[in-house]
Amino acid sequence: MLYFLQHYWWLLVSLLGAILVFLMFVQGGQSLLFGIAKNNDEKTLLINALGHKWELTFTTLVTFGGAIFASFPLYYSTSFGGAYWLWMAILFLFVIQAVSFEYRGKAGNLLGAKSYETFLFLNGLLGTILIGVAVGTFFTGGSFVMNKMSITNIANPVISHWTNGWHGLDAIAVPFNLLMGIVVYLAARTLGLLYVIKQIDLDSLVKKAKVQIKVTGVAFVLGFVALLAALFTMTGYSVSPENGLISPVRYKYFFNMVELIWPAIMLVTGVVLVLAGIGTALFFKGKNSFFLTGGGVVLAVWSILICAAFNNTAFFVSNIDIQQSLTLYNSSSSEFTLKVMAYVSLFIPFVLGYVIFVWRSLTKTKMSNEDISLPDSHKY
Amino acid sequence: MFLASLLGLSRLQFALTAMFHWIFVPLTIGLGIIIAIMETYYVRTGNEFWKRTTKFWMKIFAINFAIGVATGIILEFQFGTNWSNYSWFVGDIFGAPLAIEGIFAFFLETTFFAIMFFGWNKVSKNVHLLSTWLVAIGTILSALWILVANAWMQYPVGMEFNPDTARNEMVDFWAVALSPVALNKFIHTVSNCFVHGGVVVVGISSWYLLRKREEEFARKSIRIAAVFGLISLVVLIWSGDGSAYHVAKKQPMKLAAMEGLYISKPGTPIVAFGILNPNKTIARLESDSLGYALEKPYLFNISIPQGLSLLVDRKLNTFVPGIEDIIQGGYTYVDELGNEKVALPVRERMKRGKIAIDALALYHKAKDASDEEGKALALGELKENFSHFGYGFIEKPTDIVPNVPLTFYAFRIMVILGGFFIAFLGLAIYLERRALLSRNRWFLYLSIVSIPLVYICTQAGWIVAEVGRQPWTIQDLLTTGASVSGVSTSSVATTTIMFFVLFSVLLAAELAILFKVIKKGPSA
Repeated sequence: MLYFLQHYWWLLVSLLGAILVFLMFVQGGQSLLFGIAKNNDEKTLLINALGHKWELTFTTLVTFGGAIFASFPLYYSTSFGGAYWLWMAILFLFVIQAVSFEYRGKAGNLLGAKSYETFLFLNGLLGTILIGVAVGTFFTGGSFVMNKMSITNIANPVISHWTNGWHGLDAIAVPFNLLMGIVVYLAARTLGLLYVIKQIDLDSLVKKAKVQIKVTGVAFVLGFVALLAALFTMTGYSVSPENGLISPVRYKYFFNMVELIWPAIMLVTGVVLVLAGIGTALFFKGKNSFFLTGGGVVLAVWSILICAAFNNTAFFVSNIDIQQSLTLYNSSSSEFTLKVMAYVSLFIPFVLGYVIFVWRSLTKTKMSNEDISLPDSHKY
Repeated sequence: MFLASLLGLSRLQFALTAMFHWIFVPLTIGLGIIIAIMETYYVRTGNEFWKRTTKFWMKIFAINFAIGVATGIILEFQFGTNWSNYSWFVGDIFGAPLAIEGIFAFFLETTFFAIMFFGWNKVSKNVHLLSTWLVAIGTILSALWILVANAWMQYPVGMEFNPDTARNEMVDFWAVALSPVALNKFIHTVSNCFVHGGVVVVGISSWYLLRKREEEFARKSIRIAAVFGLISLVVLIWSGDGSAYHVAKKQPMKLAAMEGLYISKPGTPIVAFGILNPNKTIARLESDSLGYALEKPYLFNISIPQGLSLLVDRKLNTFVPGIEDIIQGGYTYVDELGNEKVALPVRERMKRGKIAIDALALYHKAKDASDEEGKALALGELKENFSHFGYGFIEKPTDIVPNVPLTFYAFRIMVILGGFFIAFLGLAIYLERRALLSRNRWFLYLSIVSIPLVYICTQAGWIVAEVGRQPWTIQDLLTTGASVSGVSTSSVATTTIMFFVLFSVLLAAELAILFKVIKKGPSA
């Protein structure tokens, strides 16, 4: 039962992570500020279109954090407490986003509209890259040591800590992590552009988005191919479910895909959908491109995250002592807690239902500058 | 210096973030319901006046909400970044309410927030009203789950220690979610938020009356807010009384600090008002015990005889232990299950705590050596002494005493201001009903002054709860010192400064925007 629940929760946490990457179209859209959205009309419209959705992304990030805390507390403890500066940087980048939509257009906002636009841009660019870097550590690990029995050392009861003074900033220097960061950014930016094409009623902006998608979309696809090549040729670490011993396995993630098969099917389907989305935006009107590519991104990211831990794989490797790496078996909550949380998870479809209902209610038509200037509208 | 240490800085940072977050949350929760009531009037009467009124308060709500969201995520991250040991040691229990909060409350709030603000022309009136209520309910639900988590830290129930994983694990979810402390804390905190929202609305509305602007808007806002605030205040006081009972049972040291009570007696009095003697400090108890003993606890105090006994036990002669009594032990008390027990001296608990910690280490050594007998022996010792586990990390008995002046004065400020708000809100209702508000300008000025007062009151309540429970993250089981992450002091110092600067700028921006919006008024 515990084995099932551990895998069930990894599946859910991965799904949340995948949905988060999709919803980071908001961040991708923010990264278009000062780029394709230059004048005030364009910026205001872009910010308002994204502003209707930003909290959904933010809430997904918070829930992702809460879910991983509840289901794999040792990961939460080891990664957050160890890669301190990486997570703090992500945190600051999201805190400055949270106020910027509301405060940007308000009189007396102290810093001026441009500052808040810069905050949004930084969140869009660096926030996505650093989240990608953090995701990359699922495959490349970190310089940490972990010993649960440290709690019995009264003088120094710290269970885990980073062994170098960079406290997680070193993860940015790992090429695979950086590549992951760039690909996540490109995915978000591509989706942001597709959202503009789908949702915004301003010719100048949509035209520029259609030009941009050629560059960003192609870069995303190429980056993704490079990422897959790196991932599939990488050495991963296998854990024995019997005795917990961890050992290196060449091409581990490729084997995970092939041995499990269904993640491979998800990945291929995801890639097809991503390409279909970008293709329809390039050659047709691109009305459904956003959801096609978005759905593809969810499937592809989900499948990759599944392969990070399924098939007896260590999902957060200690590069100092691989036996101290985190696996689904040694880092999860107890069977009881996972079971309670599994009951709670049964409500997720209900939550998804009302999220979709509200999304549809609010985005039936494209958004124009006239819409956001109506007396009843709440303008950002 | 304590504040320059890793623990001191980590605590400072967490306190800074929690208190900053707590500036915005009470208004969000309180205002949410007031707005929903106003919109209900609009939908029922069809009167555009109510729509305009609702929309004005919604503007205030949105500005406040954004910064509440921004600071909320920091707290969640900080459990991992700054308190990583804690996150593992009790993550099995603590993480669940956090995840439930995300799934049940945050999505409800943020999803329907979109309709509340952007849906006026896109959904029907009834769907819009429902959305506003769902946002208000969402804010309350998020308070519920985070308070369940907080209450569990102060009153750990529904869990068992697992020696194999060396952490605490949940065994009874409902015991955690429905613990009497959690329910009480929830009611106390949420009713406080309602009062907070009520007082702020009365205060801002009074400003319009002083300026002779928007008078109908201001009067009707005051009517709703004052009635709502006063009803909530009754609940607040009732639940405060319940809090005292639970604190006495599980956190006697917090209660002693709240009262500045060093040595007690049966039929313990309660200090209605007092000034602590600054020469009687816990530091002096360690360095100059004779001088300390000669000092009186208060320079001045007005006490109600047997008041504390009556408050915590409904009996006149109950002995409520003081700080020194708890350190020395030896008094009898009745535990949560109704059993009479003799309190152990803290030194003894420290000894037993160390035995429990050592037994855990021995258990693992025996396990590694496949020594079944050794395992059983160590396990027996661990179980016998586990209720003292956290004391094993305590260096000296006085370390279990929280900051007495801070807890003492914060408690009095909270109670005195609570009393003031009864009179204030009662008077607001009376003056509004008699149409006397505009003629009593002193009251309108008082209303404006009440806005900072309600913030002080709310913050004081938080200080009592959180400073008063030190040094524990989990009462009796884990100290703050054993909870902290293994990061460098300079890293935590840097992020603390960064947070301080960020919070200051955000607060200044928020206030400046709010003042502009208020100045423009509901007709803008």
